[in-house]
Amino acid sequence: MSPEKMVHMANQIAIFFKTQPGDDAADRVAAHLRDFWEPRMRQQLRDHVAQGGAGLDDLVVQAARSI
Amino acid sequence: MKDLIIPWDDRDMGTPAKTGAPVTLRIDGFEVTVPEGTSVMRAAAEAGISVPKLCASDNLEAFGSCRLCVVEIEGRRGTPASCTTPVAPGMVVHTQSDKLRKLRRGVMELYISDHPLDCLTCAANGDCELQDMAGAVGLRDVRYTAPAGGQMANHFTARDTSGAANPQWRAKDESNPYFTYDPAKCIVCNRCVRACEEVQGTFALTIEGRGFDSRVSAGAGGDDFLSSDCVSCGACVQACPTATLQEKSVIELGTPTRSVVTTCAYCGVGCSFKAELNGDQLVRMVPWKHGKANRGHSCVKGRFAYGYATHRDRILNPMIRERITDPWREVSWDEAIGFAAQRLRAIQARHGQKSIGVITSSRCTNEETFLVQKLARAVFGNNNTDTCARVCHSPTGYGLSQTFGTSAGTQDFDSVEAADVVMVIGANPTDGHPVFASRLKRRLRAGARLIVVDPRRIDLVKSAHVAAAHHLALRPGTNVAVVTAMAHVIVTEGLMDEAFIRARCDWDEFLTYAEFVADPRHSPEVTEALTGVPAADLRAAARAFATGGNGAIYYGLGVTEHSQGSTTVMAIANLAMLTGNIGRPGVGVNPLRGQNNVQGSCDMGSFPHELPGYRHVKLPQVREIFERAWGVTIDPEPGLRIPNMLDAAVDGTFKGLYCQGEDILQSDPDTKHVAAGLAAMDCVIVHDLFLNETSNYAHVFLPGSTFLEKDGTFTNAERRINRVRRVMAPRQGFADWEITQMLANAMGAGWAYDHPAQIMAEIAATTPTFAGVSYDLLDRLGSIQWPCDDTAPEGTPMMHVDGFVRGKGRFIVTEYVATDEKTGPRFPLLLTTGRILSQYNVGAQTRRTENVVWHDQDLLEIHPHDAEVRGVKDGDWVRLASRSGETTLRAQITDRVSPGVVYTTFHHPDTQANVITTDYSDWATNCPEYKVTAVQVSPSNGPSDWQVDYAAQADRARRVLPAAE
Repeated sequence: MSPEKMVHMANQIAIFFKTQPGDDAADRVAAHLRDFWEPRMRQQLRDHVAQGGAGLDDLVVQAARSI
Repeated sequence: MKDLIIPWDDRDMGTPAKTGAPVTLRIDGFEVTVPEGTSVMRAAAEAGISVPKLCASDNLEAFGSCRLCVVEIEGRRGTPASCTTPVAPGMVVHTQSDKLRKLRRGVMELYISDHPLDCLTCAANGDCELQDMAGAVGLRDVRYTAPAGGQMANHFTARDTSGAANPQWRAKDESNPYFTYDPAKCIVCNRCVRACEEVQGTFALTIEGRGFDSRVSAGAGGDDFLSSDCVSCGACVQACPTATLQEKSVIELGTPTRSVVTTCAYCGVGCSFKAELNGDQLVRMVPWKHGKANRGHSCVKGRFAYGYATHRDRILNPMIRERITDPWREVSWDEAIGFAAQRLRAIQARHGQKSIGVITSSRCTNEETFLVQKLARAVFGNNNTDTCARVCHSPTGYGLSQTFGTSAGTQDFDSVEAADVVMVIGANPTDGHPVFASRLKRRLRAGARLIVVDPRRIDLVKSAHVAAAHHLALRPGTNVAVVTAMAHVIVTEGLMDEAFIRARCDWDEFLTYAEFVADPRHSPEVTEALTGVPAADLRAAARAFATGGNGAIYYGLGVTEHSQGSTTVMAIANLAMLTGNIGRPGVGVNPLRGQNNVQGSCDMGSFPHELPGYRHVKLPQVREIFERAWGVTIDPEPGLRIPNMLDAAVDGTFKGLYCQGEDILQSDPDTKHVAAGLAAMDCVIVHDLFLNETSNYAHVFLPGSTFLEKDGTFTNAERRINRVRRVMAPRQGFADWEITQMLANAMGAGWAYDHPAQIMAEIAATTPTFAGVSYDLLDRLGSIQWPCDDTAPEGTPMMHVDGFVRGKGRFIVTEYVATDEKTGPRFPLLLTTGRILSQYNVGAQTRRTENVVWHDQDLLEIHPHDAEVRGVKDGDWVRLASRSGETTLRAQITDRVSPGVVYTTFHHPDTQANVITTDYSDWATNCPEYKVTAVQVSPSNGPSDWQVDYAAQADRARRVLPAAE
């Protein structure tokens, strides 16, 4: 998957959970990624974060620690 | 092959059933008790006594025109028509007497005097009510004949007795591809006209003229059936008691001699049909009156468009090739299956266990789908299984499970009969789900109010005797803003059902939600700027929905196929809970499913993250059930979804795909990306009826069987499990479940299913919502709506009656987020897509039937203003371009679409609307955003370079080597 597409998809998830009440948005983003993203997609996301996470929402960067 | 005799009574009872207090009367000496309001005719039929009739039918209101059903009632004068006379307590009725016999004979004599006596060569011979009634009343003589020398005309001879042309005679209308209208045989009983009005709701037919000049007429003067408003649903043909309206297939093949009840394989309504045959020759499909989804009605697709099953394009032998640039080579089943199995195992050995996957079919049966996902999970050893629901209703699954706790609609179709205000959002039922649309229109004609939320003026907004009270013509992509604004109105004006919310929903979550929606930024006055919906209209619609009585929401892909598809589903669920419209007849949240078995394929665990019954693969207790049943270890990690498979293929980590009964190259967005993904794979197995577009990139082609050729079940949009019954042997040798089993066994599975009933038994044993389902029960009940278990042994017509499946209903905050697909100077218009009545999905089936007379190419609907500034005229070739690609098609200028919006269908591969659509998708489920693409339209001279290249590649890829001697 192109990095741009991955970043776009991950940020979409973050945008939704950011609008939800509560202070566990990062956990919920992580849970969503764990539930629906296949391991190699999560790996690509983790790698992208490790390389600086260009373009990623902060919430995704936080969530990526626990996926 | 044995006929399936269903123990249901198919007799025509004459007039519709009524509900009411019991009334007892005597008919011909027999005491009979029926509900108040029942006709004497129906009461007699209940007692087993058939009163002669011609103009009456139990799917139409009584009309009282033929005068054949006259009876005598003690204490009443004259001979009233039994069809229009309601029963009364203590009534004493006689259906036979000398007087009645004489009257009936007189009536029949007049009918027959104006009817040709060509019974032996008539297409309705043996299936003609006029013939039956002539026999029943004992007609032996017709005294009325035309005098010699002309002057007196009948309706059935082209010339009168003087040899002059008969002005009353009209030629047969053969314009409809499926049936003929022969005015010579018409007895003007009005059944066709009433069926068109009452059953179908199109009002295409009428009676023109008066008295002896009365004629059935389609459309206005000068119209024939094809040019009229007729939608070819077949209701008139079914209603006709003579050969006046007759299927061309019966004219050609003769009257059928046996029938099998089965389920239509087109849309998610899931109509029950009687397949009527001679031997294994299908003569016609007739909607089955006891089918609980369709109640005896049909549309042009299910009723007539089955010819693809025997189309010459159908592939009947397996084929393989080394490379996709090679021509196909026909081989034996053993060789094809062996080749496929060996390639898949070789890929796994080289690229890992997760390098292959499956796509299950929403057109195949539950049993077949179950086996395909089992192939991935138990034989491939991964969760790489997905289904076309990914690209249509996956947001429904996610959204409804988050709010209600179950991934399905809440009602049965009967429920619409109790609805008072119906909101149709992002759906076009008259084209996509026509039989449901007829039931909806019937309710609307009876007074229910309609709210349509759609960027396009769909037929329901204004058609014969139906008009939407409110049409919110929103800009594509702003569903969440519109539905949330409706909730804003309801909350801020205090119109919510607080008692329901307190009793049934989580109150704290509601308070959070109410605070969210009450914010002025969600008011219709503020959102008007982005949605284009006038605030006053939106307020009026919201008030109507909240206060108009039973409120039912029906929605389709115009909701789900957006970046915020899942959010809109949640917003709809919120709206239903807010107004207390859940858990009783006439209300609910009703997703209209696209394909026949989308619901079933989702139920059967086709999604990569969940096992059958919507249970996540991460749950050890769920995996354990299947690990024990299958003797394997199940991967606890979610697999790849279809778009992810294609991405992984381009990345080189996904190399093999078994694709059953789907055409992802045509139906999935961003065609170029799909083609690149397929081209990057080492083994693509296409299992289909035809060499579809995807097969251009396939290495193995496994010919599939049609729904007529196999046993199984489909589950429709009401969660109704309907039986599919084999009416003829598979032309290519095997049912699809057998082919999947052969592939699995070639990979070492050791499966030994002899019949789909065994697969259903395995589904029931592993999936709690199906625990009580069996073929025996299906045969006994006709159909079952899941959940079916110990607490609901005959199924569940309505969900969430006493409480939500998840416990308390959950309100979810639904913030509008604009899609990133935005118009700009290069692409100033928004393209949205949909479908048309006569064609189905990618058209693989319907394009291979006579349905092409109604729609032989995809057209681009464009508003006159947008057309004018571009110099585009009606019928011109136009270039349609987006950032993904471009294609050309012809323009249709119409104000159905608003300025700034263009619309097309995706039924034809030479247009390939999906070369235009982008790779944006729903945030939660990756469901593609088909419904919003920024485009430009400009005049064009003909097909684009891409279309020319595509057609050439498709031709090359479809070459088949001549069979070896």
